[in-house]
Amino acid sequence: MFLSVTTTHTPATDLGYLLHKHPDRTQRFDVSTGTAHVFYPEVTPERTTASLLLEIDPIGLVRKGGDTLGQYVNDRPYAASSLLAVAMGKVFGTAMRGRCDARPELAETAIPLEIRLPACPGALAERLFTPLGWTVAATRVPLDPAFPDWGDSPYADLRLTGTLRLADALTQLYVLLPVLDDAKHYWVAADEVDKLLRVGKNWLATHPDRELITARYLAHKRRFTVEALERLTELDDRPAEDADEPEQPEREPSLAQLRREAIVGELRSLGVRRIVDMGCGEGRLLRELVTEPTFTEILGVEVAARALRTAARRVDRFAERQRERVTLHQGSVTYADPRVAGFDAMVLSEVVEHVDPPRLPALAATVFGAAKPRHVLVTTPNAEYNVRWETLPAGNFRHPDHRFEWTRAEMAGWADDVCAAHGYEVRHVPVGAVDPEVGAPTQLAVFTRRSA
Amino acid sequence: MTRTIAVPDLSLVALVGVTGSGKSTFAREHFAGTQVLSSDAFRALVADDENDQSATHDAFDALHYVAGKRLRAGRLTVVDATHVQRDDRAKLVALAREHDVLPVAIVFDMPLAVLRERNKGHRDLADHVIRRQHDALRRSVRHLAKEGFRKVHVLSPDDSVSIEYEKAYNDKRELTGPFDIIGDVHGCHAELVTLLTRLGYVVSADGAFHPEGRTAVFVGDLVDRGPDTPGVLRLVMGMVAAGTALCVSGNHESKLVRALDGRDVRVSHGLAESLAQLSAEPEEFRKRAREFMYGLVSHYRLDDGRLVVAHAGLKEEYQGRSSGRVRSFCLYGETTGETDEYGLPVRYPWANDYRGAATVVYGHTPVPKAEWVNNTICLDTGCVFGGALTALRWPSKELVSVSAERVHYEPAKPLNAPTRAPDLLRIDDVLGTRHVDARLMGRLKVREENAAGALEVMSRFAIAPQWLPYLPPTMAPCATSTVDGVLEHPLEAFDAYRADGVPEVVCEEKHMGSRAVVVLCRDASVGERRFGAPDGAAGAVYTRTGRSFFPDPTAFLDGLRGAATAADLWTTLDSDWVILDAELLPWSAKAGQLLRRQYAPVGAAATAALPAVVTALEQAAARGADVAGLLARQQARLSNARNYVEAYGRYCWPVDGLDGVSLAPFTVLAAEGHVHATKPRAWHIDVLDDLVAADPGLLRPTRRLFVDLADEASITAGVDWWTSLTGAGGEGMVVKPADPSAAGKLVQPGVKCRGREYLRIIYGPDYTEPEHLRRLRQRSLGRKRSLALREYALGIESLTRLVEEEPLWRVHEPVFAVLALESEPVDPRL
Repeated sequence: MFLSVTTTHTPATDLGYLLHKHPDRTQRFDVSTGTAHVFYPEVTPERTTASLLLEIDPIGLVRKGGDTLGQYVNDRPYAASSLLAVAMGKVFGTAMRGRCDARPELAETAIPLEIRLPACPGALAERLFTPLGWTVAATRVPLDPAFPDWGDSPYADLRLTGTLRLADALTQLYVLLPVLDDAKHYWVAADEVDKLLRVGKNWLATHPDRELITARYLAHKRRFTVEALERLTELDDRPAEDADEPEQPEREPSLAQLRREAIVGELRSLGVRRIVDMGCGEGRLLRELVTEPTFTEILGVEVAARALRTAARRVDRFAERQRERVTLHQGSVTYADPRVAGFDAMVLSEVVEHVDPPRLPALAATVFGAAKPRHVLVTTPNAEYNVRWETLPAGNFRHPDHRFEWTRAEMAGWADDVCAAHGYEVRHVPVGAVDPEVGAPTQLAVFTRRSA
Repeated sequence: MTRTIAVPDLSLVALVGVTGSGKSTFAREHFAGTQVLSSDAFRALVADDENDQSATHDAFDALHYVAGKRLRAGRLTVVDATHVQRDDRAKLVALAREHDVLPVAIVFDMPLAVLRERNKGHRDLADHVIRRQHDALRRSVRHLAKEGFRKVHVLSPDDSVSIEYEKAYNDKRELTGPFDIIGDVHGCHAELVTLLTRLGYVVSADGAFHPEGRTAVFVGDLVDRGPDTPGVLRLVMGMVAAGTALCVSGNHESKLVRALDGRDVRVSHGLAESLAQLSAEPEEFRKRAREFMYGLVSHYRLDDGRLVVAHAGLKEEYQGRSSGRVRSFCLYGETTGETDEYGLPVRYPWANDYRGAATVVYGHTPVPKAEWVNNTICLDTGCVFGGALTALRWPSKELVSVSAERVHYEPAKPLNAPTRAPDLLRIDDVLGTRHVDARLMGRLKVREENAAGALEVMSRFAIAPQWLPYLPPTMAPCATSTVDGVLEHPLEAFDAYRADGVPEVVCEEKHMGSRAVVVLCRDASVGERRFGAPDGAAGAVYTRTGRSFFPDPTAFLDGLRGAATAADLWTTLDSDWVILDAELLPWSAKAGQLLRRQYAPVGAAATAALPAVVTALEQAAARGADVAGLLARQQARLSNARNYVEAYGRYCWPVDGLDGVSLAPFTVLAAEGHVHATKPRAWHIDVLDDLVAADPGLLRPTRRLFVDLADEASITAGVDWWTSLTGAGGEGMVVKPADPSAAGKLVQPGVKCRGREYLRIIYGPDYTEPEHLRRLRQRSLGRKRSLALREYALGIESLTRLVEEEPLWRVHEPVFAVLALESEPVDPRL
């Protein structure tokens, strides 16, 4: 919430004209989040510094609500962020537009500048400012000197030095402060796109990180991002396809897709009609199941109310005949549920690895002991395969919520115990390309009740 | 002529009679308006016209639906419709069966002339309609019993009627015992005599009585297989006749009666022995025995409905009902329709699903040991197979057993210990809008959406429910203080408790760590026996949302167990397990991520930015700029920020394994036989001081000060204590009634008074600035207080259920409710 701008252009005092703020006056401006003050710590012909201090009202911030702002313990009153950018827009708006009636030629001239942001989210500072002609000095601030093992904070004491038009320097800060911070404080509206393009017109189109800047500035709202990128592409005279949706990181067909196909294929060959998708999540498998008309009744069960709502919205978009065959309700693999009993098949796709090992007996009792479907399909990662993923650090799980990942032998051991306790037989099927050494990335176990 | 007609108090009564025969008048005279469902009224409901015959189908649909709801709830229901057609009556009989109540017909038999007379000027139906109905009725009357009506009363025009309600045979709720419920005897006369004698009965050949007036209750299967079926029958028949025993029918009595009646039954499962032994008895005895067994009722409800005895058990919806299938369940239990490898029917484990309030005591299935499953217990410990004859004393629930003198009969399959499935919770134990009865506060509502949120947390993150018998309640702060510079102050707490009639409070140091509940068992066998622990562990340490503190708590629990043993806690509490409410320190051990992601970054940003701001303002001031006010404010903010960093830093220190971790126990929640949580604080302090002293490395004491609320000096001492505690960086203190029962009503179990510096990490570094404090004082505590009280009541409830050895689902219910209530939107800073 503090920014200072220094010039050594002679006479440096002309900074007052460029900023439209008299060096001898301390001025205050009301902004939506508090009060902005402009004052000059040093004013000499050789060197003049103007400072912008935004005093944020921490109580007002919380009372207004919002996700990131709902905390009294908040970095907003201290760190440079979009709030500071908004204050800049209000206080230095004319300067940002490059207008200076008193020194019009100076406004068009690149002058030596120093910018200081003593607490600025620093991770991307060098990457974003260097291409714009700045020399960047970012000194990382430790989280807490009393606890050195906690490491550095996200903030840096940032000093930018360069020779630029003041208006460009200010608009760059205006756009890049929220980008550095990556937490926009107000809802992105459509006119934000226009604002970004207007403010960044001199430098954004040629910035190597313009996608990142655009996406972050627009707070990851994808629709707006695409719109802005398209318009930027036009500005840059490049063909439009370059700005297409970025590739999904998963290879095609994705493993998730292969998994769903394997499940549907097994269910089809088992000849089942009534299916429970236990742990249906947001309903991606349901979408595939309804396309198979022989599956006459499909029940999706999910423990997370939020995911279930997403699944419900997905189901609402199905054709009416498909929708009729699908029911959703909230449930859990560790509570026996009479509503899921008596189905032909139950699918637990990527579910068991999200259950703490001590709770697995309850899962088995619920699924195999109480619900007792004729068939149970369980998929789970094959831990052995993880070494084939270059991006996965050794020893890590594929997802932070995984409580374990099984080797093929571990999976088989669990499956055999379940079969012995509950009267099932099991068959293991690899899903995905089989590596001769470590097997397939996903393991699928097909259980069938003995007395079925 | 005046007639008294008997109607079972739970029945479906069909009024049968031609239009105009006086059914509605009769119904009005003899039944409450809400008991009578009339087809006319339902026609009016669905079609605005009680004579609209086109609405008849829909009207009956609705009528049967409502009748079904009433019968399910166990309410006598009278259906007022003509019922002259067999099909119409069949629907009612089916409905009665569906709800296991008795169908009763009351027939209005009026001469055609009377009916014609009444029809005139009333409905004015065509004459042939009246005649046809009359004919149909006449043809029907004698078939009614065959159609399934268990009682048929035919009324003539001159009858004046009074109705007498009959209790069901199974309704012995007025008998309150005490009882001794005895398992399957199967002709083991000697063992029965031994058992009765041990229970204190004075036994003779043809009877027994208890000097203290106790009543024996036999669960059936007195006969077959064993050496002296006639002896057992003689003894029990004598007791029943003398009123010193009750007996329900077992499947073996039922079959023996049919055999004695000369019916074609397969002589197996020990029937041959009974027949041979009885053939040696006089004919008169055989006859009496046959009558006795024939007259046995299939189940009894006893002791105000708290106890149900049936041979093979009884699910809740069948209790107190009468129907063929209820009797069949009582005699044979529920089977899955499959047979096992020995050719015996596979029994459905109905007790696993049992959620009823009444205790069900039964026999039928031999088990190695009588064990409670969801408030039910099977007493058939296989005496005739060489096991034992077992009795349950009621209401003390004490088990008394005598071993079989020998193997009297070889079992068809070995009496293996059944692998008892771990108690499985059901989704309908927790989901949906729920009302939990908490004895401290009555019925508490849990909203559906809150339960939905809790389900996810409970399923995905919490430890096994067997280890989670309690979740700590939230605690309200004291009322907002108006003392300069602070938001909370002990005087508010003292005043509030004094106003509530609490004479003395104790101020207890609030440790700034993470709330931890510890379940500690003496060893793993206690964990398995007492908690049904599925994992072979001997305890658990968990957070306020039920997550395990440690990936493997063994080392921590071992340390704690060492202290408990050294302090002789097991003897003090007369228990081999204990549940403690505690604070686990340091805060950084659990909150490390929160500290690094939220608390420390704020401090880092503030202490990086503000010195630069102050320097710039000082330079400007030196130039003569008018920044004095601004500079002073920023200097204050810098000092606030430094205080903030210091505040959270006090609660952080590095740990290495258990090194550096310590536990501050402050309440002994429960142990075997007792919920201790509600005891006076001095008791807890005594017990826990001893525990802490046993291992001052792992455990830390909780400093405290008792304050007499009638004594100004004592109050001042309390305030001073808080001031010095929080001045030295302490989080603050919790003020609790010294004796929770002293107020004579339910009061907050504690309120917190947090320190001025500590609150910076709650309300932000600058909250102490007057303009901020002024606004922060506008906080509303009502919801928080209500929540704290409800969660406290639920916590005591779950502990009480645990201590009273209620089934897992009953203990889990209030625990889940606490988690659900925690998802109610309440200002998290309170």
